[in-house]
Amino acid sequence: MYATTIRGTSYRFPDLKTLMAKATPLRSGDCLAGIAATSAAERVAAQMALADLPLSVFLNEALVPYEEDEVTRLILDGHDHNAFAPIASLTVGDFRDWLLSDAVDEHALAALTFGLTPEMAAAVSKLCRNQDLILIAAKRRVVTKFRNTLGLRGRLSSRIQPNHPTDDARGVLASAIDGLLLGNGDAVIGVNPASDSPEQCYELLSLLDELRETLSIPTQSCVLAHVTTTLQLMERRAPVDLVFQSIGGTQAANSSFGIDIALLRESREAALALRRGTIGDNVMYFETGQGSALSANAHWNCDQQTLEARAYGVARVLDPLLVNTVVGFIGPEYLFDGKQITRAALEDHFCGKLLGLPMGCDVCYTNHAEADQNDMDDLLTLLAVAGVNYVMGVPGADDVMLNYQSTSYHDVLAVRRMLNLAPAPEFAQWLADVGLTDAHGELQAPALPASFAPLLERA
Amino acid sequence: MADDRPTPLDKIAILRSATPARIFLPRAGAALTTRATLDFQLAHAEARDAVEERLDADRLFDELTSRGLTAIRVKSAARDRRSFLLRPDLGRKLDDDSRQRLKALAGDYDLAFVIAEGLSARAIARHALPVLEKALQSLDRTSWNIAPIVLAEQGRVALGDDIGETLGARLAAVLIGERPGLSSPDSMGVYLTFAPRVGRTDAERNCLSNIRPQGLSYADAARKLLYLCHEARRRQLTGVDLKDDADTLPLGELRAIDAKS
Repeated sequence: MYATTIRGTSYRFPDLKTLMAKATPLRSGDCLAGIAATSAAERVAAQMALADLPLSVFLNEALVPYEEDEVTRLILDGHDHNAFAPIASLTVGDFRDWLLSDAVDEHALAALTFGLTPEMAAAVSKLCRNQDLILIAAKRRVVTKFRNTLGLRGRLSSRIQPNHPTDDARGVLASAIDGLLLGNGDAVIGVNPASDSPEQCYELLSLLDELRETLSIPTQSCVLAHVTTTLQLMERRAPVDLVFQSIGGTQAANSSFGIDIALLRESREAALALRRGTIGDNVMYFETGQGSALSANAHWNCDQQTLEARAYGVARVLDPLLVNTVVGFIGPEYLFDGKQITRAALEDHFCGKLLGLPMGCDVCYTNHAEADQNDMDDLLTLLAVAGVNYVMGVPGADDVMLNYQSTSYHDVLAVRRMLNLAPAPEFAQWLADVGLTDAHGELQAPALPASFAPLLERA
Repeated sequence: MADDRPTPLDKIAILRSATPARIFLPRAGAALTTRATLDFQLAHAEARDAVEERLDADRLFDELTSRGLTAIRVKSAARDRRSFLLRPDLGRKLDDDSRQRLKALAGDYDLAFVIAEGLSARAIARHALPVLEKALQSLDRTSWNIAPIVLAEQGRVALGDDIGETLGARLAAVLIGERPGLSSPDSMGVYLTFAPRVGRTDAERNCLSNIRPQGLSYADAARKLLYLCHEARRRQLTGVDLKDDADTLPLGELRAIDAKS
């Protein structure tokens, strides 16, 4: 039982997960689940009660039962008590102040990583304003490597997302070339296949690999198929750089995705055995998003933001190259409008970074959400200020296969210019070497580098 | 310029036809040009309007009955567009009055068709009747007892479970307006569920998606739907274990469908 009294009115919260849910800034998914605060005052009362709670409570009271959920077991069994020591005596409210304090720098946050549980990160995020989420996250950089170096300070990377409604090879190639000409693609060239057929995925993998080899691009490719499909393809020696999978924050949510932690570990081992990374061995790519557990009725009456942070608890034991929240894809019944999408994205980026993940974000919305490209402009800028590792580059921001809107190749250019951010160093060098950028890293007037010619001959 | 030999950029322009994606958009500095920006705004405006639009149910009902079809209008428990968008649970459930009226029609049906606007009334206004007619033409009525066509307002896919169960139908086919894409504000889907009852999951359904002239044609949609109906009845199931092999297994019945369409 948790309680607080404000001006004579007492508010009571029967357990920790109820307190966490009621302390969560308003969003439609928690209302849909019937666990949101019923008034604005109750929400603040919950935040006040949460602020007074010792962080150590989260080591003693599991939000999802330990016996019934392997994600809870992973989190609690993997908790590093030594790393936790600097904050062991703090309340959640103290912890917010500690994170903001001048004494806590990048090194202190890196040392804390495995001393922090996802629930602790989620709890403190609920006490943070958007500005705090940005300020704190900007302190923490998470650097990963495969064929290039992602996540360095002063850099912003992008995924080329050249999706096509029928996986047409020329169509995918055309979209990818467009992205490269606009300086995108250092995070990954990654296609969501329209079909999960292994044959189709093999062809797409071969296409992307040939593109990368032909142009000698220091980047990686990925076909975002189900992990079981990718495992099959690796057995057949398909050119798999990264293993992709959508993951959630409960065992039941992961089960609805057709996966468990053992399967993810197995796929990572298989990808490592291919030894395709040239400068690093981060071989996993995960996507997440608030609301996925609720949509699978796998949420244990926990709020969607806490469960999202728990998904990061799964991701971080697998040393991923890339993790991104697909924040606005799920629809307005989970995140209603631009305001809720923005808040959720900043929380996700903050929690992911504190937990040691190379966080990116698919800044996006669907056509039935109360949002538009202006909201995405705002969010993209905020995330870039917060130091997001990468965002999506979709031709014209319009994904013609998944039917939603994201950020465009041009948007990546815009935010790089506004905030003086560069692509990953190896990729920036490649852009200069092939003549796409000038000595200052600025894109040249439209021109096709000579090295692209062979591709077009075949297209 | 005097030199009009094709440049490499002309060559990549040829690739433009390979995808409906917005590729090779020119830039104004580090941003999109005015034209591309406005094109996008228009597409988004159309998609937004499609979401907000309500189906002219009176008209569609008249069109159904004027073709000699028995039809009934029902409503989900979602009172308005906002509650439809925010409360998917309400859109999956009949309101009380509709349930009572459907109960009065309960019988021994092989198949119930449900038409629901979903997220695109435009899709239903344009594509529901043509696909329904093609499908009905090809069903042998001596072996398929078809329930009255149910025209549902503010309905989600799973409303078909409630409707099918209430009517006592062994199969429910829900024709529904899909979430509008920027380049496809009028896309219709059909979801087929064997033994419909409240609580069925999406893994227990088969889906035909992107039905519109620029996507899956009416004839192909009807043909695939009929194939799935026959297979569902033969194997007594729908869902992940029932693959859409209509393209690879041309049954005699399917040829007949093709001949009629």
